[in-house]
Amino acid sequence: MIQAAAFYLFATIVIASGVMTIASRNPVHSVLWLILAFFNAAGLMLLLGAEFIAMLLVIVYVGAVAVLFLFVVMMLDVDFAEMRAGFAKYLPFGTLLAIVLLAEIVFAIAAWNAGSIATGVRAAPTNAAVPNIEALGTVLYTRYLYIFEGAGLVLLVAMIGAIVLTQRTRSGVRPQNVSAQVRRRPEDATRNVNQPVGQGVEL
Amino acid sequence: MGESLFFTLPEIVLTLGSLFLLMLAAFMGDRVSRLATWLAVGFFVIAALVTPEIIGRGGVGFDGLYIADSFAAFSKILIYIAAAAALVAATSWFARDGTFRTEYPVLILLSAVGMGMMVSAGDLLTLYVGLELLSLSSYVLASFQRRDVRSAEAGLKYFVLGALASGILLYGISLLYGFTGSTLFGQINLALGRDGVSTGELFGIVFVLAGIAFKVSAVPFHMWTPDVYEGAPTPVTAYFASAPKVAAMCLMARVAIEGMGPATFEWRQIVIFSALASTILGGVAAINQRNIKRLLAYSSINNVGFALIGLAAATREGIASVLFYMAVYVVMTIGSFLCVLRMRDETGRPVETIASLSGLSRTRPGLAAALAMFMFSLAGIPPLFGFWPKFLVFNAAVEADLTWLAAVGIATSVIGAYYYLKIIKTMYFDEPAPAFEPSRDRIEGVLIVLAALFISPLGYFSIPYIDAAAQNAAGALF
Repeated sequence: MIQAAAFYLFATIVIASGVMTIASRNPVHSVLWLILAFFNAAGLMLLLGAEFIAMLLVIVYVGAVAVLFLFVVMMLDVDFAEMRAGFAKYLPFGTLLAIVLLAEIVFAIAAWNAGSIATGVRAAPTNAAVPNIEALGTVLYTRYLYIFEGAGLVLLVAMIGAIVLTQRTRSGVRPQNVSAQVRRRPEDATRNVNQPVGQGVEL
Repeated sequence: MGESLFFTLPEIVLTLGSLFLLMLAAFMGDRVSRLATWLAVGFFVIAALVTPEIIGRGGVGFDGLYIADSFAAFSKILIYIAAAAALVAATSWFARDGTFRTEYPVLILLSAVGMGMMVSAGDLLTLYVGLELLSLSSYVLASFQRRDVRSAEAGLKYFVLGALASGILLYGISLLYGFTGSTLFGQINLALGRDGVSTGELFGIVFVLAGIAFKVSAVPFHMWTPDVYEGAPTPVTAYFASAPKVAAMCLMARVAIEGMGPATFEWRQIVIFSALASTILGGVAAINQRNIKRLLAYSSINNVGFALIGLAAATREGIASVLFYMAVYVVMTIGSFLCVLRMRDETGRPVETIASLSGLSRTRPGLAAALAMFMFSLAGIPPLFGFWPKFLVFNAAVEADLTWLAAVGIATSVIGAYYYLKIIKTMYFDEPAPAFEPSRDRIEGVLIVLAALFISPLGYFSIPYIDAAAQNAAGALF
């Protein structure tokens, strides 16, 4: 019973916050709504009994959202001073999100303790004796090895693409010349002088 | 595991080849881009030679994730030929602007790996990863000439719309997985056959087909095609119009037949709608185009519509006709784009307007004759080879009791013929425009002659061979 209630709660909030992410005009609000959506998606994963994926979702996406936040701030020319001044303005909104999240965490823990929901078991029966991470690792490197390597290639293409589209050779820069640095001997840079007493130093 | 890896030999060869070229690019820079291109062509030859079914028997690898059958072999050979041609066409084009970078062959190789994954997919996950590998390389290739505003715009547009299409596809995949309990094509087929098609499954089918239709640029999802084709560098456009189309079309055929066979009645409606809309819109919207690349983009939309008519038949003959159609389409398209690559004014700058083709028959009779042949063939006018696959497609539709579809298809091919003939009229009967700069590249010339020979009535001699291969390949799906 509590699982069903938790499912509908999470599902509703995921969709609602997804809509709000694209509907809100303020980019900062958008990002905050996105975080809420991710948290609720993690809650859904928890209900399915996929604890590892749930935690991964939170950890990875919180990191990603931090980067996204930076991008928003950099690219959309958001004024930092104005943002700081608006702290009081955002306070009720942020508090609201925090309360929702807190309530959800309580809910999720209660639901999780009651066991995962039946649909998850029907779609993908899992062995309860094998922990999540172990099960995931087993299929990732055996059955889905081919797709895993394919995903690796996708990332490689993304990297090549980023370099191809942005890297350029600028004139007038002074790049590090490693071989010249390594070739340099002490004699090139220093000299021993037997300084006579009473005379000035010749530099 | 060893046997599974053996099946993926072409992909392994291409991946290792691309990594080697990447090292070459990192240490030797852009000086070796020409060498890298020819090495990449060599890798394509090796990959084609080690394709399972060519060197021995095929089979199913990785517990059904990967299928190496004659269908995959046929499409892969076609894809490798098209990609190699696009590589060769690029050398002189990019070298003229001094923007030829060694990453170009690397990206083409990696996208070919993605296309190989697509046509060999036996699982929705393989399908998605392959499609994404192809798409991501395509986005980069579209904006390869990053100093050109139009190229950058093409890349961005393609990226945004492609991401949307990926989202739609993934949504469909998750629905199909949720309602059938598996991502394997075979299991989905069983689940659909067991208890009919539920609403959820129907939604999944619609979304998956929509996601793939974006890749083949079939009509409701064709919006990106003219803009991207116009903006991307011409050799890249030639590539987009050939190899990825084949891959996505073959993928669609495999998903539809192997994955959704029991739901044929449901997906056939979608395919028929898309086929008719593509042929009609591809024909009508091309009429007012002034840019030859845009016109060829609409021409590719039009041709995809005809190929979809063969898919709508959903029979072995239908799939064989789709494969035959794509084989001839690739040659015609690459031939036309090779002609477009030769369109440079006397200062050497590329021109793309149809008006600049006026009176080409008097200034460059050879080029005009070749382009005229490709246009006649794309229009499907009988003495040329482009007629035969159209005939096969309509024949398959008639045999599958879709006579009305074939009739409408024939009517729309007449609309399409109008703008192809208009180009020929411009070239042969209009007052000459300033002559193009004489082209020096011999390899391109040889490729044009080869393509023209294949398209000419001589091509009919190849019918027994291609037909046998296509029938054999289509048989693998049933």
